[in-house]
Amino acid sequence: MTEHHDAAEEHEHVHTHDDSPEAVAKEVRKYLVVFFALACLTGITVAIAYQHFEPPVAIAAALIVASIKAFLVAGYFMHLLSERKLIYAVLAITVFFFAMLIWGPWNHHYDYFGR
Amino acid sequence: MASPRRQIRVGKQWLYAGDAEKALREAIRVREEEEREHGGHHEPFLRKYVFSTDHKWIGIQYGITALCFLLFGFSLMLLMRLQLAAPGKAWGILKVLGEGRAPGGVMLPEAYNQLGAMHGTIMVFLAIVPLAVGAFGNYLVPLMIGAPDMAFPKLNMASYWCYMPGGLIMLASFAVTGGTAASGWTSYPPLSDIATAGQTWWLVGMIFLITSSLLGSVNFLVTIIQLRAKGMTFMRLPFFVWAQFVTSFLLLLAFPPLEAAGVLQLMDRVAHTSFFLPSGLIISGTQATAMGWNGGGNPILWQHLFWFLAHPEVYVLILPAMGIVGEIIANNTRKPLWGYKSLVGAVIFLGFMSFVVWAHHMFLTGMGTVISAFFQTTTMIISIPSVIILTAMLMSLWGASMRFNTPMLFAITFLPMFGIGGLTGLPLGLAATDIHLHDTYYVIGHFHYVVAPGTIFAMFAGIYFWFPKITGKQMNEFWGKVHFWGSLVCINGVFFPMFYQGLAGISRRLYDGGDQYAHAHPALHSNVFISVSAWTLFVFQIPFIINFFASMIWGKKVGANPWHATTLEWAATTSPPLAHGNFAIVPSVFRGPYEYSNPEYAEADFWPQHQAEGAVPEPAAPGGGMLSHGAAAQQEH
Amino acid sequence: MHIEIPYNVRPRPDTGLYNAKLGIWLFLASEVMLFGALFSSLILLRSGVPHWPHGRDEGLNIPLATVNTLVLIISSVTVVLAWANLRLGDLKKARLFLGATLLCALGFMVIKTIEYTDKFHHHHFPSTNNFYAIYFTLTGLHGLHVLGGMIVFAYFIGPGSKMWATEPARFTNRIEVCGLYWHFVDLVWIFLFPVLYLL
Repeated sequence: MTEHHDAAEEHEHVHTHDDSPEAVAKEVRKYLVVFFALACLTGITVAIAYQHFEPPVAIAAALIVASIKAFLVAGYFMHLLSERKLIYAVLAITVFFFAMLIWGPWNHHYDYFGR
Repeated sequence: MASPRRQIRVGKQWLYAGDAEKALREAIRVREEEEREHGGHHEPFLRKYVFSTDHKWIGIQYGITALCFLLFGFSLMLLMRLQLAAPGKAWGILKVLGEGRAPGGVMLPEAYNQLGAMHGTIMVFLAIVPLAVGAFGNYLVPLMIGAPDMAFPKLNMASYWCYMPGGLIMLASFAVTGGTAASGWTSYPPLSDIATAGQTWWLVGMIFLITSSLLGSVNFLVTIIQLRAKGMTFMRLPFFVWAQFVTSFLLLLAFPPLEAAGVLQLMDRVAHTSFFLPSGLIISGTQATAMGWNGGGNPILWQHLFWFLAHPEVYVLILPAMGIVGEIIANNTRKPLWGYKSLVGAVIFLGFMSFVVWAHHMFLTGMGTVISAFFQTTTMIISIPSVIILTAMLMSLWGASMRFNTPMLFAITFLPMFGIGGLTGLPLGLAATDIHLHDTYYVIGHFHYVVAPGTIFAMFAGIYFWFPKITGKQMNEFWGKVHFWGSLVCINGVFFPMFYQGLAGISRRLYDGGDQYAHAHPALHSNVFISVSAWTLFVFQIPFIINFFASMIWGKKVGANPWHATTLEWAATTSPPLAHGNFAIVPSVFRGPYEYSNPEYAEADFWPQHQAEGAVPEPAAPGGGMLSHGAAAQQEH
Repeated sequence: MHIEIPYNVRPRPDTGLYNAKLGIWLFLASEVMLFGALFSSLILLRSGVPHWPHGRDEGLNIPLATVNTLVLIISSVTVVLAWANLRLGDLKKARLFLGATLLCALGFMVIKTIEYTDKFHHHHFPSTNNFYAIYFTLTGLHGLHVLGGMIVFAYFIGPGSKMWATEPARFTNRIEVCGLYWHFVDLVWIFLFPVLYLL
């Protein structure tokens, strides 16, 4: 049995993406620029590694570059930069719990009874 | 407000003139269209009843399966209680465990450990959560929000068919050489890492169950966010739906760390990694390195990953129950739930806080003062929303016009029982007192109070309450009350003495109930009392089981809304048909979920959510429901 | 039986999302927690030992892994180009780009297989030490996710593309959703690569 949709709802069609050829071509150009940036950043990651920095510096540098790459992939390929508030909310909550999951065990290791 | 419009009687329904004709024509047209579309076409049995994608049937599948596991997990406990009442005694019934586990009917300690681990695992993962979320959630959430089905019906079906094999794997593990998992439902390494093969089966089973949960939680969240009917704003949702919403977030984000941990433990057991095995371990006189494990791991890692899930898991166990109790209390007090906004705020805050308290299960692992203080603080804070929810429900009883039917009896009793469970948790959440109480029977008493006379009573309440919606028949009231009173007395007899035993220092998971320790002797006599209560509790479940099945066939026939409730699921016809959507005409929502005894509405003491202004609720005639609601909904347009 | 589920294709006005898009983001949130747990384990295990081997000292092939990183990034570009072509109505080009994505994924798995067999050849197994344990577990789980993605892409290039004829918008949405999953797989590797191989 098919559901009968409210006539009013049909008029509230929301366009999340502009599908015109010009708009899509513009986006494709963006994707290619991002790809180039990602390739360069990959090279930078490897180059930094061969500098043999002290562990804290090496770790920080590697994570920062990785985060920039992640931002580009998430922001442009996953079009997170133009995404809805609801998705941001879900991700914000997730990031917070992810941080707790990383912090907990590690902090326990350093804050040990008798240390 | 215009004066009420003229109504005419159509068959057993009262409809508005003019609209009545429109509605009738529409219904006839739809039905004819349906005949043409499906004319003679029969859905194959497998597709309709085994691999169904209809949320109502999947809910029933979950419900029956979960209730079977509930009974099975319960019977494991009954066997344990025989041993605890008389440690080392031969019981004829124990022979069912086989000669390897109970030679001559005397339970071996290994067998006791297996029963204990599987009782916990089955009750938590195979019985309560599938019943609370998979059964009640699946069946009711789409109906309550006015949706035709879940957002992803096929995913729903996949979710059940991950749960079922996972459950079967868990059951099959009993037959494995060396027995099933015996390291507690918590599976702490190093013991679980080196345990017999049954533990590997446990891990594989858990991966199936976790996958099932993940698929289900995505479905619930998208359904509640995207498929609410017109007018169903978030603040008009029944509290049950809010509870399921937060529960699904907990399942979504908390389960994956346990899945990861399960993979790591599997790697330890199968690939001989040492994620959780420290260096220098000696197993039964042999160096672990000689057995293939190189060490360097951290057993506490497992505990962190496990409890990161398992703490939110306990809120998964309680939230749907609170939702059910809320619905039943509002309905049987004939007044709105007190403090709806507080309830919503509290349940959201509770869900959030549940992720940051997990290490209160680990106070005795040698945590430093800073991290210990952090978790004690968050644990104390999380008690606040629980109290808000409990208080709101208690206040809802004030000035009520109460109906003491069976669902209401179970629902009201939930409140003090959960209260006892919650209050006894406080000394466990403070490290100073937890040092004495950790891993004692006090803990067992605490969490069972929350889950057994807490959640399970709410599940019973829900079954009695929604049985008429699902089957069109009502369960027998007399036997329902017998079930209630017997269960209430016995269940308190089982768990209350455990607080005293724990305070006396009896550790949990001892196969002889503490008999080997001199300091436990003053409290040992309770073991007999507890075991007798437990077996009597079983006796009182028999009327429930009989009532459940007998009422399906011989129960009193009722209409679509026998309880005179306001929420949308009661607008769907009695026992909504499978594979045909839920509502003849998509409902619209005009008001909140608990408009009982609203002085603005004189026609009845309940004002259904979907009913347009000025309409009269139809009488609760058998089979009634769709047409008049269609007329009422059409009025809006 | 055909029940019409609303907002499968056109977005719901107040959230601005269609169902599958919300669904995939929620699923990805859970995946963040899954890999997060493994990263947390790595951090704890690493801080628990006085000596943690460096990837390059243990003979992890950095050039090969760098190639793998680029391969995955290229596959992310091809999948988003496939989606762009579907929006322009060009199924043929879209299938070509999906095929390129599948090829890249296959290349990734081939390189991974070479790496693994090389390790086993040198008697480095998960049980050797915790570095290898977490290396094999993290890359193995990631590899399983790549495999899963490959199966889904193969389906959409093949029998799944039949949906284009009847419901093109819904098919486009499905490819978008697959793309989101695939970008996440790429994202995980972007962190895995430096953490395991370079640090």
